[in-house]
Amino acid sequence: MSAPEKMNLQTFTQGLWKENPVFVMMLGLCPVLAVTNTAMNALAMGLATTFVLICSGFLVSLLRKVIPKQVRIASYIIIIATFVTMADYLIQAISLEVYQALGAFIQLIVVNCIILGRAEAYASKNGPLKAVVNATGMGLGFTFALLCLGVVREVLGGGTLFGMQVMPDRFQPWSIFVLPPGGFFVLAFWLMLFAAFEERKQKKGVTA
Amino acid sequence: MSDIAQDAMELPPQPSPFRLVGTLGGIAVLSGLLVVMTYQWTKPAIERNQREALERAVFSVLPGAVRSEPVEMTGQTVFAGFDEADRRIGFALESEARGYQDLVRILYGFDPDRQKIIGMTVLQSTETPGLGDKIIRDPAFHANFEALDVSREVEVVKSGAKTEAWQIDGISGATVSSQAVGQAIRRGAELRERVLAFYRGDQTNRTDQTNLTERGGQP
Amino acid sequence: MSDPVHLKTSPHLRGAHSVDKIMRHVVYALMPICLFSIVQFGLSALVLILTCTAVCVGTEHFACRLNGRPTTVGDWSAAITGVLLGLILPPSFPLWMAAVASVVSIGIGKLFFGGLGFNVFNPALVGRAFAQAAFTVPITTWTPAMAHARFKEFIPSTFTFPFAAPPDLRPWMERLQIDGFTGATPLALMKFDYVDTESAKLFVGTVAGSAGETSSMLILLCGLYLAYRKMLNWKIVASVLASAAVFSWIFWVKDPSVYPTPLFTLTSGGLMIGAVFMATDMVSSPVTPLGVVIYGSIIGVVTVMIRLFGGLNEGVMYAILLANAATPLINNLTQPRIYGAVRRKKEVKA
Repeated sequence: MSAPEKMNLQTFTQGLWKENPVFVMMLGLCPVLAVTNTAMNALAMGLATTFVLICSGFLVSLLRKVIPKQVRIASYIIIIATFVTMADYLIQAISLEVYQALGAFIQLIVVNCIILGRAEAYASKNGPLKAVVNATGMGLGFTFALLCLGVVREVLGGGTLFGMQVMPDRFQPWSIFVLPPGGFFVLAFWLMLFAAFEERKQKKGVTA
Repeated sequence: MSDIAQDAMELPPQPSPFRLVGTLGGIAVLSGLLVVMTYQWTKPAIERNQREALERAVFSVLPGAVRSEPVEMTGQTVFAGFDEADRRIGFALESEARGYQDLVRILYGFDPDRQKIIGMTVLQSTETPGLGDKIIRDPAFHANFEALDVSREVEVVKSGAKTEAWQIDGISGATVSSQAVGQAIRRGAELRERVLAFYRGDQTNRTDQTNLTERGGQP
Repeated sequence: MSDPVHLKTSPHLRGAHSVDKIMRHVVYALMPICLFSIVQFGLSALVLILTCTAVCVGTEHFACRLNGRPTTVGDWSAAITGVLLGLILPPSFPLWMAAVASVVSIGIGKLFFGGLGFNVFNPALVGRAFAQAAFTVPITTWTPAMAHARFKEFIPSTFTFPFAAPPDLRPWMERLQIDGFTGATPLALMKFDYVDTESAKLFVGTVAGSAGETSSMLILLCGLYLAYRKMLNWKIVASVLASAAVFSWIFWVKDPSVYPTPLFTLTSGGLMIGAVFMATDMVSSPVTPLGVVIYGSIIGVVTVMIRLFGGLNEGVMYAILLANAATPLINNLTQPRIYGAVRRKKEVKA
């Protein structure tokens, strides 16, 4: 990855599917399990993380030649923490309800390993444009994964989607899905699906 | 990983400590600037949101209120609510008690004239979805707090067993959560006493003032 | 099999009991309890137990076929899980939810771990724990015991349409004119209203509760049969019951007006069926003599703690699951000393 490659579609789509931070790399699972009890929370969390990813990726990439190796992790963390604090204020300004639902997990984006991982592995070795494109892909991949969980959990656990009733009135909500154990069950289910899909693809590749 | 291993082997020239501190300092300054800018920029919106959220809560527990005003009690702030004619409807008080999973924080409207609770809203709770969280929205449960007598000890009874004005009809299947709300209201007794004392003092002051003006004297 | 030389690893001495023989006898021992449950709660209890058993066995069979392995339903363990699950659900529990709980029991509780012998937790309890978290209201909806017309009609919620919420049972209860039934089990009455229930009633079992948990007497008798046949470790049962009794006695002595008597603790709720049929599950309980006592005491003490101080009024299920989780640790810590071996510390001293 460190070799300077030309920017192509891969730079962007990498994070969406092939190296999806949740389903493939299994990074940042803490917010994935904790704040996906509704689709709205999942979306807000995903977008906040994407914002931090893009901004910190951009700045790290800009400063990559200035920052000495010895203090790079410290510098990255300061940069990430800055954007997390900004995201924190912005979410408060947009909606207090979302802010309260996400709780401490906004501040905890600082320690989300996807972001530091991207800064270290990609942004510090590539130009700003490439870093931003890659971070956008990763962020959207993360948001996509969060939404996968959030939608299933909200529909099964409450019969609603983005707060709107989608199931018939007589539907019995499975409250376990909005509780923490439901997060584990749904994540396991998606991982199983992804693994089965990959296995099938590989088998096809062999026979073809 | 391989990068680190290489570094260790080649031992590149160390940059001077000044450069390290300088970079970190520079980044810190940049970071500070960004944070302060965002803070300044979002501050009005955040304050407006918080005020609106609080007002929504206060207005929901004091039916008819259009304006609220904080009143400092010893140790706690309560909110007085006023209606369109600027008459004081009552006070919004906060209280909390242990629920099924965590603390249940409630805000309730207290009418000192009639010694009644005239509204209740749950500020914070993590009760079981579908069961305990009915205390947030269940209309039958909230009907308990339209005129709940708090001149004596409040009691939570089984669903449908309410006969007295100081009793709360619990939610069937969510006894613990219903009890938590009752407990929170019982715990507020001392604060209500203080509000009452303040209210009476306020009342007498006001009478004094009107008396003075009626007599044409200046206070 | 054509190889004339048989090479076998230890153990070379085998007991007379094979897995499926023990399991079959456990099923026999469960039969009287099922029968009493049907007598007490009627047709709904019957179809509930049948559904759970059928779905459990079906899930096991189907999963084995899916993995291309020979089916393992012949060892009766899936049937036991099904019967037990039926017995620890409320009689009014909708059948579709019971089916979901059964699939979870066998699927997540047993097969994901590798099948019989590898499951960390008691499968029936895994299913019930899932149902408790998923269907909070139906699993705490209780119907009165010995309701008349119980052999003529089903409880209305039994045949709830799949994925639909069960109907309100109050009109049904009013129609049956069941007076004085508040929809609470003796445990809930004790915990929230400090109302005691007659010990005799609790012992015989004519009270509200899960389909098969109510009769302490019958469960104890069935347990005695299994213990007599040496198919059940009576030490586990004894240590669960003894620790629960002692622990609740401490509180009862302190304040008899608030805390229940030890006898109430032993005979109410699911403690008896949990101690006799769930805690003794051979796969998920410890094997060392001391470990068995520690394991049983954890269950007894945790049950009483949840009942007295937790938000729930019943805690046997979580207590047993917790002790199941601790079982590997207990086994490790209580390994008996090999005959003739000396402790390392003493060795150093000498």
